[in-house]
Formats: sequence, C-alpha cells, structure tokens
Amino acid sequence: MALIKTYEEINEKIKKGKAVVVTAEEIIDIAKEEGIKKTTEKVDVVTTGTFGPMCSSGAFFNFGHSKPKMKMQKVWLNGVPAYAGIAAVDAYIGVTELPEDDPCNKVHPGSFNYGGGHVIEDLVSGKPVKLEATAYGTDCYPRKKLETTITIDDLNYALLFNPRNSYQNYNVGINTTNKTIYTYMGVLRPNMSNANYSSAGQLSPLMNDPYYRTIGIGTKIFLGGGIGYVAWHGTQHSPLEERTEKGVPTGGAGTLALMGDLKQMVPEFLRGVSLIGYGASLAVGVGIPIPILSEEILEYTLVKDEDIFAPVVDYGTAYPNGEPGNLGLVSYAQLKTGKIEVQGKEVRTGSLSSYPKARQIAQTLKDWIMNGKFLLTQPVQNLPSVEDDIRIKPLVIK
Amino acid sequence: MTVCKKVVLRFDSKIVEKPIIYSLIKDYGLITNILKAEINPHKEGYLVMEVTGENQQYAEGVEYLNSIGVSIDALDEKVTWIEEKCMQCGLCTGLCPTHALKMNRPSMNVTFEGEKCIVCEICVKSCPAKAVELHF
Ligand code: SF4
Ligand code: SF4
Repeated sequence: MALIKTYEEINEKIKKGKAVVVTAEEIIDIAKEEGIKKTTEKVDVVTTGTFGPMCSSGAFFNFGHSKPKMKMQKVWLNGVPAYAGIAAVDAYIGVTELPEDDPCNKVHPGSFNYGGGHVIEDLVSGKPVKLEATAYGTDCYPRKKLETTITIDDLNYALLFNPRNSYQNYNVGINTTNKTIYTYMGVLRPNMSNANYSSAGQLSPLMNDPYYRTIGIGTKIFLGGGIGYVAWHGTQHSPLEERTEKGVPTGGAGTLALMGDLKQMVPEFLRGVSLIGYGASLAVGVGIPIPILSEEILEYTLVKDEDIFAPVVDYGTAYPNGEPGNLGLVSYAQLKTGKIEVQGKEVRTGSLSSYPKARQIAQTLKDWIMNGKFLLTQPVQNLPSVEDDIRIKPLVIK
Repeated sequence: MTVCKKVVLRFDSKIVEKPIIYSLIKDYGLITNILKAEINPHKEGYLVMEVTGENQQYAEGVEYLNSIGVSIDALDEKVTWIEEKCMQCGLCTGLCPTHALKMNRPSMNVTFEGEKCIVCEICVKSCPAKAVELHF
C-alpha cells in the first residue's frame, strides 16, 4: 500500500486548523465527483459513528476508603450488584446486571426497568447513587457494612471499559414461529411480521476500515460523548467471516474493546436501555476517525449502504438452538427503506441502533478535529485481521 | 342524552366478513365516522371510529359488538412521546400498527403523530429508552 500521508503530517494540519475532515456519509459524494486520487490527496480524515445497545459494556470504579476501612466483598449501586472480587474498594459494574429482586421474566415478558446501564447513565448525569457494601472483615479492613450516597464526583476513578463494542456488522432478527418473541433484537412478531437490524451501515466505524488497517490498539476515539481509546480487539472478534469482494463482512466479524474516563462522558451518548423480555443494557455512542493515508484506505471509506449485506436470522428457531444458516442476505439500503423481502414476503423493518445519533457523532468528531481539539493517534499494534487465524468456537458440553 | 366517543374495535378473521358497521347504523341508529381501519393478511384488524348516538342505543351497540366477539375500547387513554428521551432508533416504527410513530426517510428521524395513535401500547412496552408514556 503506497502511503501518501503520515499520521504526523495529518496531525500538523489539524494543529494548524487546516485539516480536511469529512464524515463517512460525505466522503461518498466527494470521491464520486473528484475521483480517488484527488480525494486521497485532499481529504485527511473521515469520521464514522454508531450508537446502539452494546451489552458488553461496564465501568470500573474506585470508591476510596471509609473510616474504618473495608475490603468490600459485595457491592451494590442503586441495588444493582457490582463485581467486587478485585482490590478492597474497587468494583466493576456490567450494564446487563439487574437488581437481585428484579422479577426478570417471571411474568413474561419482563420489563427490566433498571440495570447496570441505568446506573452508569445516572452517574454520568450527576445524579446521586446509593452505594451499599458488605464484607467479612479483616484485621486491616475491619468494617463489615456500609451504606451511603455517592455521585460521580466522589469517585476516585471511573473507567468505562467495554470488552465488546462496535460490532462490524450484525444479524437482522426475524421470527418464523407463530408466537411473538422477545429478544435482544427487540420484539419480533409471529410469522415474519417484522424484522429488526442493528448497525449504522455506511457510517459504522469498522465498515469503513474492514480489515482494521488504521483502527488498532491505542486509536483515540469518541466514546460516550468524551474521549476514549481502543484497548484491544473485542470479545468474539472474528475477522474470518465471509466477506464481499470489497472486503465487507456479511456477518458479525470484528469487534472492539473500548475504554475511556467516564467522568468526561455525557448521558446523551450513554443511555441505559430496557429490552422487554430480554434485559437491561447500555446504548453507547462510538465514533472513530480514519486517517486517509492511502488510496486503498480511502476506497474502504467509500462503502455505501447498498454494498453492505446482513443475514436475516430466525430468532424463533435457528438462532436459539444454535443452528447455522439464514433466510438470505439484505442490504442496509433495503433495510433503511423500512421494508425488506424475505422469502417472497414483504416485512417491515425497525432498527435498534440510531442512525441520526450515528450521524451526530460523526459530525461532532469532525468538528473536534477541525477545531484542532482532537489529534489522531497511530495504533501501537494492529488488531488481528484476515491474516491471523482467530475464530470463535462454540462451547462444547462434555 | 347523546354520546360521542372515539373507540377502537379489534376483531379477528371470523368477523371480517360481517357487516358490523352497517348493523350499528341500521339496527342501532348510531352515526359512525371511521377514522382509521386496517385488516392484515391474517384477516385480523382494527378500526378506529367516532360513534355518536343516544346513550341507550350506544350501550346496545356495544353489547352487540361484544356478543359477536369484537372488542371495543374507548380511546380516552393517551400516548405521549417524549422527544428528549427518544434515541431515534426506530425500533417502535417497525411495530406501530398505524405509523403514528414513523421514521422519516432519508433523514431517519423519528416523529410521532398523536392523531394516528390507537393506543395499542406496543411502543410503550417495547421502547428501550422508555420514551413513550401512557396517560389516562
Ligand atoms: S423505540 Fe423509543 S427510543 Fe426508539 S425511536 Fe421509538 S420512541 Fe424513540
Ligand atoms: S400506542 Fe404506540 S404503537 Fe400503538 S398506535 Fe400508538 S404510537 Fe403506535
């Protein structure tokens, strides 16, 4: 790949307020008009965005020591358990965690009004949150019980750490059974009455860098309205999924582990969500800048909704039973019209991820870079890609 | 005394063939103004209408509908969409039977038109952001 620009050169331009930055939507028409060569020379950065429920998210906290001190063994925030099996006053809350007295799906479908994701949203909103902890007591940490109220400002440390975000592509959920089902893909009505998808398509970060040539460990990003970093590849990262000629995967494929200081994030881009019959989660806003270092990198960012295909998967039978296969592929251009055709039937579509918010994120990141506030970072290591043999295995019960 | 009410009738395939509106007008002397109707391919449907008539006739009309298996609910509950809470995801727009909650294309912005809402409550239950509320 012939590099025509370096990170340093782009950052110099950003500092001088001279960088040309456009969103992953805008770049499509620019390149159409001006051609690949000219556009590569002219445009420095393409910004992407996505906003949707990302269940593999959570936050690490350090509460500080009480007097007398305590080795917190069990911790609850607003009644939602946080994992405290780490150092004395550290804990991790996962966004799908529920209060112990939540009726869950006892009366089906459960409503899951409040969970770990809502705790994170409340903290980021500056709301007071009830902290409870219990312990067995030690000579150095004698306290056994604690109950108080905290706000995000009281925390010594609050790190959003999401082991799996920003799925490259995703299934379209449908239901072939004759009963309504309640899934993480939303409510799916019987006899293929509706279908739900969850991707920003042409604006989505990993769609614009399908082989992870620029997005890697250490990439500085927009996360939850603040600044974050790519920490690692995400859980279930699976680069060897089938791909189209242009390299766009036709299934889940890549994922990212992301982190950032929760204290500078905003509730507008970190929203606790309740998925009826399924559980609680957090909708996370992610935006990633792509430096246009070469023509090849530019060409990847020209991906359009009509080039991106997702498999229609039956969440009524095949998916829950772990059976492979799908009911065909549909493009995001089709999905976004509000109707798709599945096995000859016209089916209405709904979306879990928000395209207007994805657009807003890409635009915000563009503004940050153009104002010289946000410099790009070169990854310290690339993510595993198609050259690496990593695959996700099913769990075999022995 | 006359009554004038907005109601939703919900019925299934067995009833689709029956001339229920004709009966309401002819046998019960009610004035009906159909605001919205839809029958899906499985021949289940709903009908939103304004019914005007004498109290007694209205009550008898309701009784007749119930007797043939049509459910009738008053539209005095109201659904409100709280724009500031809405994440603009569009999950509800794939479910809303009347397209009261609608995704505008190509902007992909979600909007709500209260007049089209039949208070089926699907959105109230399924909105992940709890951006739609039911009021009485
Ligand atoms: S499901 Fe809720 S959050 Fe999503 S568009 Fe509808 S009202 Fe807005
Ligand atoms: S209650 Fe919600 S889903 Fe039902 S018609 Fe009204 S807006 Fe549509």
